[in-house]
Amino acid sequence: MSFAMQLMDIALIVTFVVIVLAQAMSMIRLVLGPSTGDRILALDTMVVNAIGLIVLLGIAQGVRIYFEVSLIIAMLGFVSTVAYARFVLRGDIIE
Amino acid sequence: MTGDIILTYAIVVCLFVGAGFAMVGAIGLLKFNDSMTRLHAPTKVGTVGIGALLLASMIHSFTYSEGSLHELLIMAFLFVTAPISANFMAKVNIHRRACDTPPEPPRDDTWSTLNVPEADRNIETASEQTPKV
Repeated sequence: MSFAMQLMDIALIVTFVVIVLAQAMSMIRLVLGPSTGDRILALDTMVVNAIGLIVLLGIAQGVRIYFEVSLIIAMLGFVSTVAYARFVLRGDIIE
Repeated sequence: MTGDIILTYAIVVCLFVGAGFAMVGAIGLLKFNDSMTRLHAPTKVGTVGIGALLLASMIHSFTYSEGSLHELLIMAFLFVTAPISANFMAKVNIHRRACDTPPEPPRDDTWSTLNVPEADRNIETASEQTPKV
């Protein structure tokens, strides 16, 4: 195993730890959040970090199948953010 | 073999860039003290951070297997939808009065309307009274 491979393993572990920390910090903001906008923002950030975690899992395992998972989560996260914001703005999602 | 090593270093750089942007976004989300400033930080995670991670995934698949460009789909989707959701959250903040409200519109209604402003009333009536030839 060459030095570059070892460096990539270390970088993968560091990135995993950092993104899990970012997920925990946005969860703290989700619990604290004074207003509704902050909670929506924290949920959106958590979705984005979850996409990052799944992509990292795909890199670490060398499996191609996690691509569909992250694409579906990206679409679902956008739609849920917009639905939540619409609900706060208009009092209804589909008028 | 040298190309593989260079591409592996490229993967490492992309991973560190993604991790750094994710950390900066989370710290900004946690530490800023206003709703609108808090909105500013995590939108960078959605574009640059996840973009760097997807770029690392693409380089990894090109280095260690036959390669795929599927991740470009997620990248394009995120780049298109991140400003839209950020705009919606800013509208929620304005709606809930969680930030400085926009200034009141000026009182007069003659700007960009068909109403005649106060200063031009005389000219208007004078032109109406002139006999048409």
